[in-house]
Amino acid sequence: MNPHLRACMALVLRDVRSAARRPGDVATPLFFFVVVSALFPLAIGPELNTLRLIGPGIVWVGALLSSILAMHRLFGADVADGSLEQLALSPTPLGLLVAAKVLAHWLLTGAPLVLVAPLIAVQFDLSFDSMMVLLLALVLGTPVLSLIGAVGAALTLGLRGAELLLCLLVLPLYIPVLVFGAGAVQAHLGGLGAQAHVSVLLAMLSVAVFLCPWAASAALRIAME
Amino acid sequence: MFWLQYAAPQRLYGLAGRIYPLAFLLAAVLTAVGLYLGFWVAPADFQQGQAYRIIFVHVPASWMSMVIYVAMALWAWLGLSFKTRVSGMMTQALAPTGALFCFLSLWTGALWGKPMWGAWWVWDARLTSELILLFLYLGYIALTRAIDDPRRADRAGAVVALVGVVNVPIIYFSVKWWNTLHQGASVSLTKSPSMAAVMLWAMLVMTLAFWAYAVGMAFYRVRQTILEREQDAAWVGELKEIAP
Amino acid sequence: MSWNSWEEFWDMGGYAFFVWGSYGVVFAGVALELWLAVRRRSAVLNGLRSQREDAYAGDAS
Repeated sequence: MNPHLRACMALVLRDVRSAARRPGDVATPLFFFVVVSALFPLAIGPELNTLRLIGPGIVWVGALLSSILAMHRLFGADVADGSLEQLALSPTPLGLLVAAKVLAHWLLTGAPLVLVAPLIAVQFDLSFDSMMVLLLALVLGTPVLSLIGAVGAALTLGLRGAELLLCLLVLPLYIPVLVFGAGAVQAHLGGLGAQAHVSVLLAMLSVAVFLCPWAASAALRIAME
Repeated sequence: MFWLQYAAPQRLYGLAGRIYPLAFLLAAVLTAVGLYLGFWVAPADFQQGQAYRIIFVHVPASWMSMVIYVAMALWAWLGLSFKTRVSGMMTQALAPTGALFCFLSLWTGALWGKPMWGAWWVWDARLTSELILLFLYLGYIALTRAIDDPRRADRAGAVVALVGVVNVPIIYFSVKWWNTLHQGASVSLTKSPSMAAVMLWAMLVMTLAFWAYAVGMAFYRVRQTILEREQDAAWVGELKEIAP
Repeated sequence: MSWNSWEEFWDMGGYAFFVWGSYGVVFAGVALELWLAVRRRSAVLNGLRSQREDAYAGDAS
């Protein structure tokens, strides 16, 4: 097997295994997602017509916020134990390694989110087919969130107040994902069909997969000098 | 190349020192002319009465907030490509004025929107994009302030500026499409009144005034950055501002 | 545009709050930005001056 591919797979496994040793790190953003989504029906009132309208948007905002929560941890542990420099020096291109780390990160944050989303959607009385559209949008959109977040995490590496700074930097970049992700469900509910929105999400994912690891590795090199 | 000499901080310090007073003077003159045209020559608008006169600050602020961000992205690209130190300094010098104009655009827009269209704010593509632009400016400023090492601050900021400039049209496009699909605002805020010539002239003069002001501010500010970063250099110690 | 009086000018056809609220904030923002920039310049120059004095004081001893 290609040695680079082997290095990437090893990196993914390592990140997932070390996160499994600290299940709290995975569970906390997930709990946050669930709790935040539950707050809205409590605050706005149980009127189902209203909830159905706002549900997809709230699920998406919850996904966004919990995604940002865990983002600074992407490179944090590696900086602390010095393995980030080793990664930068390795013969495998840093962009590939960053992509591997983002994949691991998504498996630990985005994927659980997608699995839990149906429970949230039930709170907002979404129909089955709307829920399917929501899940598809989340499956396409949450990796983009992780990829964009990686660029932010690389830029703010080791800074004081990095978490808040990361939010400020990355949230404007999340907006198109939010618009098309939530819009997909609303288009479906409105009878227009979600194909257009899903296509755009797919396009965003394709572009992000190519550009974000490259930008993040450039930012990492800037941060590590 | 002739201009390359100004990539040296010492030369830029001198050049900036000669440019900024002229730029501010130009801004003051253009403002006086623009406001005279706008308030004493241009007549009242048929539909909007006197309230439309906000246009003479609102449109310049909006246009310049975007132009300045693009200028920042250009300097950022120059800095990353040619590794010139002054590029990062110019990018940082432009940011506060751009952020100010962005805020002014939103503020004056709200004050114009309320009497004319009945709302302080709507979520149409243009307003939303301008709001996001403000967030991008603030993010750039926050990041560059948070990093102590000037080189890292410049280069990280450059990445943010470049990513942001790509994102601005994306946001505009995405929010516009979203609003269109939802049959959003029934009142179009994008139709500006068809203008009498003198109104257009006043607006253009004011836009140039804002541009001259931004140039002056950027060159004024970059001098301080140069002094801070080059403080150990001999030429700094011998400046007449410091060693009379 | 011929204003019949200063009162009419300030009144702006009833839109005084909006027009002057806009222009006021624009000028206030510009003034603030200029003030902050000048303040920074003084701070930087003072810092450099005292740095230079310290250096010369050190040489003299």
